[in-house]
Amino acid sequence: MSTATGNISGGRATTASGPLSHRRVRHYVDLVTVLVAKEFRVRYKSTVLGYAWSVMHPLAFALVFCFIFSFMSKFEVENYIIYLIAGLFPWQCLSNSIVGANFYFLGNSSLIKKVKFDRAALVTAGVLNEIIHFAVSIPVVMLFMLWYGHLPSLAWLWLVPMLVAVQMAMAIGLCLIVATCNLFFRDLERLTTIAMHLMFYVTPIIYPENVLPAEYRWTLWANPFAPLIRCWHGLFYYGEFPATAFLGAVLWAGAMLAIGYGVYRALVWRFAEIV
Amino acid sequence: MSDEVAIAFDHVSKEYHVDSAIPGGVKELVLHLPSHLRRLREREPLRVLNDVSFEIRRGQCVSFIGRNGAGKSTTLGLIAGVIRPSSGTVVARGRICPLLELGAGFHHELSGRDNIVLNGVLLGMTRAEVRERMDQIIAFSELGRLIDQPLRTYSSGMIARLGFSVAVHLEPDILLVDEALSVGDEAFQEKCVDRMKAFMEDDVTMVYVSHALNTVEEISDRVFLLDQGHLIAQGAPHEVVEEYHQRLGVTSHAAGPKDAKSEPQPATKSQAA
Repeated sequence: MSTATGNISGGRATTASGPLSHRRVRHYVDLVTVLVAKEFRVRYKSTVLGYAWSVMHPLAFALVFCFIFSFMSKFEVENYIIYLIAGLFPWQCLSNSIVGANFYFLGNSSLIKKVKFDRAALVTAGVLNEIIHFAVSIPVVMLFMLWYGHLPSLAWLWLVPMLVAVQMAMAIGLCLIVATCNLFFRDLERLTTIAMHLMFYVTPIIYPENVLPAEYRWTLWANPFAPLIRCWHGLFYYGEFPATAFLGAVLWAGAMLAIGYGVYRALVWRFAEIV
Repeated sequence: MSDEVAIAFDHVSKEYHVDSAIPGGVKELVLHLPSHLRRLREREPLRVLNDVSFEIRRGQCVSFIGRNGAGKSTTLGLIAGVIRPSSGTVVARGRICPLLELGAGFHHELSGRDNIVLNGVLLGMTRAEVRERMDQIIAFSELGRLIDQPLRTYSSGMIARLGFSVAVHLEPDILLVDEALSVGDEAFQEKCVDRMKAFMEDDVTMVYVSHALNTVEEISDRVFLLDQGHLIAQGAPHEVVEEYHQRLGVTSHAAGPKDAKSEPQPATKSQAA
């Protein structure tokens, strides 16, 4: 890292007692908490509508797709609406956080310029915010399942939190990359929007994966989102736990988290110069 | 005031690549890849601080003055630890608290009280620590019952008061002030200056950057004059301010950037590397 030999001590608040001191962890948790609380208060100013909005978006999509594909699709999926909802809700969460990540750092430029705080907290808070929205919409998914006679199983109690955790790791990793890179290439926002649109159709979200011709099946493993979405379909639609897909999702999430953190760590010291 | 050194710069230089953020973004980069790569390779860094050394003792109030682009804010950034020196060492001891510009670290939809928590945690306190100080902060801000109203109903002076109140209750060892006192009514400004003087008795080190030379002379123990990244004068407030006035009248602005470029520059890695 060039000739920098800076010896900067952040004071007792941050560095005095080691890199992972109790106070530092405490402060990181508090930082994420207040940032999430802020977003929530702002978003849920009128509480009921706030909730409705976060559920309505993927629901509206589900209904539109259900309607369109009911008379023009080549594939038959029983209770197609459940299949759609099972994939669209988690997708919405991923897509919102990744596109939103463009502004996690850029939108806090005045803070980044002057205050030495753990910038990754902005990404953690942004993703956590979307994850919470997703988590509170799961009852809606369950309602639809019940309506169509799918019964939630008791194993959900630990399977759902586990999948949510994997999804969160994946989102944090990707968001660290996007948020960091957007400081250096300011048009990344448009690119991520386009990329996420493409990924939406490449990933089996609105169609079952057996529709894919055999020569394209490999994309299911090359696509970081496919195993994760497959898990959600497994849980909410097929009523099973796809162990291989889960393993794939965990590996992808771990890889993304590692890459994201690497990119962030390599460039974080230049944030204040560049925002 | 003690003999202990709170902030020390030892032959500190800072260079920026002004064009690091590619303004046209990825699209520009891909469409004009060869020319961009050439530019990235050939570009010369802009030296914003050049071999600056000084020491500031604990409990002192010092001011940095100089024209726009002289390196004042870079100096504050280095002390705050948000940027790294390209060469040399920066040492700053204790808890550092920057006084933010108007509204930074606040959200206009949240109440004053919620904003105190948000701002305090962003500046390095835990939530429990903010809650302990909540009453004092509210009292100091003089906002009274308005504290539970959303921030968007506040005037800019009131927001400045809130920001200052949070910052001073952080119990910083080093307080960094970047021209933040120009808002707020006269009575509150006076209170802030009083508070800063009290700070210095408490052994709080204050670093002040401003163009308000009257305030600089009033509150500073020492003044540093920066010019194009060079520390060209330091000493008693009156003398340094006097020198600054003289230079303002004499030096021509055009000589600036060329000077910086003609010096030999150690290469630094670019972000693309």
